[in-house]
Amino acid sequence: MKFLDEFRDAAIVRALIGQIRGATTRPWTIMEVCGGQTHTIVRYGLDELLPRTVTLVHGPGCPVCVTPIGMIDLAIELSTRPKITLCSFGDMLRVPGSTCDLFDARAAGADVRVVYSPLDALELARREPIREVVFFAVGFETTAPTTAMVVHQAARLKVPNFSVIAAHVRVPPAIEAILSSDDNRVQGFLAAGHVCTVMGIDEYRPLVEKFKVPIIVTGFEPVDLLQGVAMCVAQLEEGRAEVENQYARSVRNEGNVAARGLMAEVFTFVDRRWRGFATLPKSALALSDRYAAYDAIRRFGLTQTRANEPIECRAGEVLRGLLKPLQCPAFGSSCTPDHPLGAPMVSAEGACAAYFGAGRLAAAATEAK
Amino acid sequence: MSDPDRNGLPAALGRPVSARKGEAVVLGHGSGGRLTAELVRRVFLPALSNPLLDRLNDSAEVQVGASRVVFTTDSFVVNPLRFPGGDIGSLAVNGTVNDLAVAGGQPIGLSAAFILEEGFPIAELEAIVQSMRGAADRAGVAVIAADTKVVEHGKADGLFITTSGIGVVAGNIELGPERIQVGDAVLVSGPIGDHGIAVMSAREGLEFQTTIVSDSASLNGLVSLMLKSGGTIRCMRDPTRGGVATVVNELAKSSGVEILIEETAVPVRDGVRAACEILGLDPLYVACEGRLVAIAHSGGSDQVLAAMRRHPLGSDSRRIGVVTRSAAPRVLLRTAFGTTRLLDVLAGAQLPRIC
Repeated sequence: MKFLDEFRDAAIVRALIGQIRGATTRPWTIMEVCGGQTHTIVRYGLDELLPRTVTLVHGPGCPVCVTPIGMIDLAIELSTRPKITLCSFGDMLRVPGSTCDLFDARAAGADVRVVYSPLDALELARREPIREVVFFAVGFETTAPTTAMVVHQAARLKVPNFSVIAAHVRVPPAIEAILSSDDNRVQGFLAAGHVCTVMGIDEYRPLVEKFKVPIIVTGFEPVDLLQGVAMCVAQLEEGRAEVENQYARSVRNEGNVAARGLMAEVFTFVDRRWRGFATLPKSALALSDRYAAYDAIRRFGLTQTRANEPIECRAGEVLRGLLKPLQCPAFGSSCTPDHPLGAPMVSAEGACAAYFGAGRLAAAATEAK
Repeated sequence: MSDPDRNGLPAALGRPVSARKGEAVVLGHGSGGRLTAELVRRVFLPALSNPLLDRLNDSAEVQVGASRVVFTTDSFVVNPLRFPGGDIGSLAVNGTVNDLAVAGGQPIGLSAAFILEEGFPIAELEAIVQSMRGAADRAGVAVIAADTKVVEHGKADGLFITTSGIGVVAGNIELGPERIQVGDAVLVSGPIGDHGIAVMSAREGLEFQTTIVSDSASLNGLVSLMLKSGGTIRCMRDPTRGGVATVVNELAKSSGVEILIEETAVPVRDGVRAACEILGLDPLYVACEGRLVAIAHSGGSDQVLAAMRRHPLGSDSRRIGVVTRSAAPRVLLRTAFGTTRLLDVLAGAQLPRIC
């Protein structure tokens, strides 16, 4: 398949591994920010091909994972109210709240539907005017523009029975929180290419200047990731700290200007608690006052519960790159994809799910023997 | 509960609901993955256990006089009822014929039970039943018993069909996962995932440049050629729900072996690959309805493969893996880069990704 096969080419992958091996003189710890990148790494075993001196740790870029349990509880509670139709992406439905997930709510009679695009939810609202259709919007800056678009459309078409729970979050505050933490061990970042396709790369320059770490905007295919690692190792070895763009076939310096414009109109930055992090300043997107009529939180008077994630679940440390999934005592024993303790074991982009799905537990056990 | 008036909403139409984990059936219980297996173990096997059912094969084989008879049943709830390459009627025939075929049985008769929702258009029912007839004719089998029930509007999704089938197994055919040996070859009869993607595209209105057509077809003709090929076939399965990855896992588990699949050898059409890339799905877990996976003795596997390729439904057959050792049952996947990872059974259905 064009534009895909060349980025999964075994000869190019081997050449890049050789290049990284040749360039590395010391141990380095690099974080790939996005869960999609984590899954490519584990799926293709890229971390096993890299020299032992290069450690990849997995970042917070799984939108489902960082959505706090209180926000999921809020959505579940809303879904159980009469006349409500709650729509979200499939991944979100399996994430455990304090007592159940959205699939359980659906089995109990709530009208919970999987949509592929927020526009499907708006269409549903227009088709079923007696229902209150609520779109539970999660995701980083990648998916936020489609939510902005649908809110803008709803306002333009004056659809009265449509609203949004905006749970969108931003990458730069999370990187800042990781780098500011006393126990940080990350020396360089592979930033999420699709986020930068929307936002551009200028947001990352202040982080590079403040913390003196290289940030490489990186794509999602094996060749992309290894090129990103090679660029990051080169900077680290040479003592440079710059923003570089590996994913130039998708990312322009200024990002997608139209999408950013719409986001600026529809959203406003707010502080939010993330799963595994403290409250991060200006880390989330809420609907601006101009679009308050489409804000489900205000329309239905919703408040996040103060529920906490189970203590046994160490998702927070995994999401901050402090713990690898295999180092969590619950991994594969009390926490599995069938009975997850936390979101990283559920989501298609969660690091724990990636490790479990690839059988890393069995591999580790064999190695230990 | 909120006060509806406070929100400016008309009085409640529905009842409030309360949900608790694990107390009700969820859609994932029907995915064919681990949740399905859990439900079977928890509910069905304890109550219905017997040596034939406990084998959990696609069909049960019973001795009737001098004949070996295979018996199977399957329900069809596909939405939408029509999709590129088929409809619920042809699917219901093909699915049951295939469950018999992979057990080595030539079908001798099918039954069909229809659950109809009040208001369902008769013209549409006629078209679907005609399509069943077409599929049955192509498979050389007839529907010899049937039943109809109608439920009130809203109590079913248009039309559900359950088909059962009986078949006879020729005396010299011996198939079963317990026959699998280290060194055996894993074969697949054509590109995988066509059916699942065709249905998903039709359901969600996803439009791709080329229409992806379901592979739904009866495989008894293909199986007949394979059984006459001269090679030794150990066991066959049709990779429906849960796809190739799930049936290969089932085979590994019931025979106590490790199986290695070569990712680059697995045939997947470009359109299906592209759709899976967009939706974030792995074609190895996407359903087929006209493909089979066969495990064959390595010695004669070339003959089996050649026989498969002579049949129109097997012209793109491939060898995709090998039984590597007798060990804790598991399936490994070797990637294009030479790394290997576990190819596990999924917990529930695959869900499209967020970004």
